[in-house]
Amino acid sequence: MVNLKIDGKEISVEEGTTILEAARQNGIDIPTLCFLKDINEVGDCRMCIVEVEGRRGFATSCIQKVEEGMNVSTTSNAVIEARKTVLDLILSNHHRDCLTCNRNGNCELQAIAEKLHVDNVQFEGEKTQKPIDDKSPSIVRDANKCILCRRCVSTCKKVQEIGAIDCVNRGFESCISTSYDSSLNDVNCTFCGQCIEACPTAALREKENIQDVWRKIRDKEAYVVVQTAPAVRVALGEEFGMPIGTNVTGKMVTALKRIGFDKVFDTNTGADLTIMEEANEFIERLKNNGVLPMITSCSPGWVRFAEQNFPENMEHLSSCKSPHQMFGAIIKSYFAEKYNVPKEKICTVSVMPCVAKKYECTRPEMEVDGIRDVDYVITTRELAKMIKQANINFVDLEDTNFDQPMGEASGAGAIFGTTGGVMEAAVRTAVDTLEGKSIDKVEYKEVRGEKGIKEAVLNVAGKEIKIAVASGLANARKIMEQIKEGKSPYHFIEIMACPGGCVMGGGQPIKNSKTRATVDVAQLRKNAIYTIDEKSTIRKSHENPVMKQLYEEFLEKPGSHIAHKYLHVSK
Amino acid sequence: MKTIEDIEKIRKAKREELDLRINTSADTREKHILVCRGTGCTSSKSPKIIENFRRIIEEKNIKNVRVIQTGCFGLCAKGPIVIIRPEETFYAHVKPEDCEEIIQSHICEGKKVERLLCKDIDGSVVDKLDDLTFYKKQKRIALKNCGVIDPEDIDEYIAFDGYKALEKVLTQMTPDEVIDVVSKSGLRGRGGAGFPTGKKWSFAKMEEGKEKYIICNADEGDPGAFMDRSILEGDPNCVIEAMAIAGYAIGANQGYIYVRAEYPIAVQRLKIAIKQAREYGLLGENIFGTGFKFDVDIRLGAGAFVCGEETALLESVEGKRGQPRVKPPYPASKGLFAKPTVINNVETLANITKIILNGAEWYASIGTEKSKGTKVFALGGNVNNVGLVEVPMGTTLREIVYDIGGGIPNGREFKAAQTGGPSGGCIPVQHLDTPIDYESLSSIGSMMGSGGLIVMDDSKCMVDIARFYLDFTVSESCGKCTPCRIGTKRMLEILTRMCEGKAEQDDIYKLETLANNIKNASVCGLGQTAPNPVLSTLKYFKEEYEEHVSDKKCRAGHCKELCDIKIDPQKCKGCGLCKRNCPVNAISGEVKNPHVIDQSKCIKCGTCVDKCPFKAISK
Repeated sequence: MVNLKIDGKEISVEEGTTILEAARQNGIDIPTLCFLKDINEVGDCRMCIVEVEGRRGFATSCIQKVEEGMNVSTTSNAVIEARKTVLDLILSNHHRDCLTCNRNGNCELQAIAEKLHVDNVQFEGEKTQKPIDDKSPSIVRDANKCILCRRCVSTCKKVQEIGAIDCVNRGFESCISTSYDSSLNDVNCTFCGQCIEACPTAALREKENIQDVWRKIRDKEAYVVVQTAPAVRVALGEEFGMPIGTNVTGKMVTALKRIGFDKVFDTNTGADLTIMEEANEFIERLKNNGVLPMITSCSPGWVRFAEQNFPENMEHLSSCKSPHQMFGAIIKSYFAEKYNVPKEKICTVSVMPCVAKKYECTRPEMEVDGIRDVDYVITTRELAKMIKQANINFVDLEDTNFDQPMGEASGAGAIFGTTGGVMEAAVRTAVDTLEGKSIDKVEYKEVRGEKGIKEAVLNVAGKEIKIAVASGLANARKIMEQIKEGKSPYHFIEIMACPGGCVMGGGQPIKNSKTRATVDVAQLRKNAIYTIDEKSTIRKSHENPVMKQLYEEFLEKPGSHIAHKYLHVSK
Repeated sequence: MKTIEDIEKIRKAKREELDLRINTSADTREKHILVCRGTGCTSSKSPKIIENFRRIIEEKNIKNVRVIQTGCFGLCAKGPIVIIRPEETFYAHVKPEDCEEIIQSHICEGKKVERLLCKDIDGSVVDKLDDLTFYKKQKRIALKNCGVIDPEDIDEYIAFDGYKALEKVLTQMTPDEVIDVVSKSGLRGRGGAGFPTGKKWSFAKMEEGKEKYIICNADEGDPGAFMDRSILEGDPNCVIEAMAIAGYAIGANQGYIYVRAEYPIAVQRLKIAIKQAREYGLLGENIFGTGFKFDVDIRLGAGAFVCGEETALLESVEGKRGQPRVKPPYPASKGLFAKPTVINNVETLANITKIILNGAEWYASIGTEKSKGTKVFALGGNVNNVGLVEVPMGTTLREIVYDIGGGIPNGREFKAAQTGGPSGGCIPVQHLDTPIDYESLSSIGSMMGSGGLIVMDDSKCMVDIARFYLDFTVSESCGKCTPCRIGTKRMLEILTRMCEGKAEQDDIYKLETLANNIKNASVCGLGQTAPNPVLSTLKYFKEEYEEHVSDKKCRAGHCKELCDIKIDPQKCKGCGLCKRNCPVNAISGEVKNPHVIDQSKCIKCGTCVDKCPFKAISK
């Protein structure tokens, strides 16, 4: 333990603790902007500066480790004046249109300005003027709101190992940009959206589709069907001040109905359908010496990454569309016919924890006979905004169930929302199919947990099946390098672009740096998802009666010609 | 590979041959024509001069005369410089077409070419190099070989005790003893901050681990400073040898010289020196058969000023964007590739071999109590002798400006001297007698910096000078930390407002607030020192700021927007010279009658002021 004094308070903390952590552990809240634990510890913004007795200049508390006998002041006159000047300077080059800003109310810069009680900006001067990059279907880049903290750069480079963005130019002209200042649309960005989650301001944000959706809802001719991804329900409540990891499924469905959607369906059901097809595809590949390992294709950020970086290995990816795309195709075919709704009038909206899904739904192959599977994707954050716009007091809403006939989903569908979930769901079905009977084992804990790459060996019907689960594109790259070298030991691999899976997707509620440093957000959201699974009466996709009915009435059997037409992409 | 004995043999033979280079009474029939091939003289055609000399000598079939290219002699204002040894005749401003006459008259007929002989400040003809007042107060340690040896011939370096210090440390000293000598010598970093070199080495030595690095910081960036360039161009081997000594002291086997790509001659000479040193086995495996291994490679900088900051330099050597790291950890514990690293400036290293050979006491006997040895300054601005000077620490500014520099030209008054470049400050006339060392300079609001010394006369506006330096900092800020990235920009905006007469009353207060907070809150030395030019001018020339802000006046008449050019009707004789020379036809008047300036047309270029023979026009 190291003994030191912060703001006159004698404290004792573990060796290796930073001054910032030591202060926070002891109820002293030093402001930070560029700091993002384990990801961006660079000391750029200078908000966290503190005075250490006997030392020349200020110490950078987010980096500087505690030392025995240190006497730290976080509030000396010199520190306060310097910190205020630094904030003033940041604000002097910031487009301060807070009232109309995407991050109004959830902006770290705004929060610090309030905390430091900035009552005017003293050092006004020239402001950065850059065009806004909104060419991509997923991400908008607005350098005018950027404070050069580089949290996005570190996230893209260190967490995802993509490096689509970096700092260019020097001095006041410095800005975060892409190679040759191209649009994110035209570089190696995968649209995972982790940069948005890292951004303290609105310099990076999703491309909103809220207005498109409202227009359709208000259009009397349109029949608007919404579906919600498994990870949305365990995070949406956070936007209304509820604890992280609260399952708000019932309230969410009620809100969607109040907003005016004609039908509210569950993407978990689509996930069950994905499992029916994907498990079948895997078994077929296994039996017929197909290309192995087979890799899941539910995560569009991952698919885009694979296309950009490993184009020669694309045959390893499953031909299955992702759950919401499959479900969109079924809504506009099976559902439309069965309930006699003209398919041209149906508008399908997906609420997703993801910004890459916005891009996915625009991909040319995501349609059947010229009818788009999904028309609009909105994020968890956008749904929260719509709920607020609709004057709905979310916290006090009663619970409602998803609409029938396709409102039934298994626990296997639910766990799609977390890393390892797709694999576990697929294994539940594949094992039963291969064994030819219903196996009691439901939970495969070896593919759960926060490790970046998880592996397991399953003994199924006398066969050893090696599986792996990777989340985060840095880990995806490792898996793919193995495949490229012909050294992959696996049969089946699940890959998700976002570290932790969809619960931590780029469309989820944004958590500030302090929350990320002190709370295990991923774990809380995951726990909620696993609880949903545990409480489900049906926990295997193939046991979902909706699936049985769907195949009997429409799709014939997994992997059938008609299933391929609606649920797979042709290679 | 050469043994100690081989090197000694070369040294002896070569030393005898080159005696005439340093001995005016050398007993020889040979003559060496030394031609400066530093950057300055090279750009004014010294390569052509060398070519002409050699051609003429061959044509005339003259024996016993050699033409040697050397590094910088220091007195760049007189270039291209040709020195003929052993008699030490100093020819200034030599042109390629003068070669014929020099050979014919000086070499063949023994008559000096009077018209080309260098003249001192008082106009007297200087016969010998050492007679020049410019050289009299200098003491050359770091620059010892510059202008004496051919930097592209390692044998000439060896002749003047080259690689003797390395031999000494490898064969007679332990690493601790080496560090001890450097520590006791009192040598401090010449890059600017003045950290004790021995201490730096001992920190790196104490670190565990086999992989350590020595880096020579040759990313000289202060405007007007060129001492590092001159050392590398004139004596590259002394830096390489010192790096090997540092490597031995701390336990490193690899060195890198980080040198700006804009120094092509220095880079070329370093490459040659490294190649020759490797051929002799003075770099590489098992140096002098002692088992010590050391090699040096060059890394080119792309010209970013901030890369002279040691941690930004490390990033750049690693192939990353050149921007500083937050310290601690310091490079001595976690430097290049996270390994213990010593980063020394060129001039610092240039002192090492001399300290090893002459001893710590010798070095410590030069200079002041806390600043030992000499310092090289690049003397420039409004001073008669512009060039490179090396003086003992403790020499006063007055001695440098007036004795070595020969005072202020055009009969003007001294106003201030700027030291330390964009990190330094302006020293006013009342501090002219301050003995220069690290402490005294910072106590009067400036700093040693890398050694730029720019003299300013009374025609300079101090607000504009501050604006000039801020302009430099703003374009050289790396953009990493907020105070430097935005703060210096805001300071520049305020200073520009002042110089354009648009300043508001609270701008001085704002400027001071920004300056103090940027100094305190910036990540690296660049930002921490960027406000110094403003703070020091505010300290000594505050009234000029106040005049700019309140009275919208510039007393130096430098800020165009703040001055009206007027013709004194009492003095004007109506000669019409001003009218004829005005580029915008702003002056009117009848011959023999007082003229007037139309202020709405006047662009304040000052041509009329210079042209008026009656001094009737003033700013």
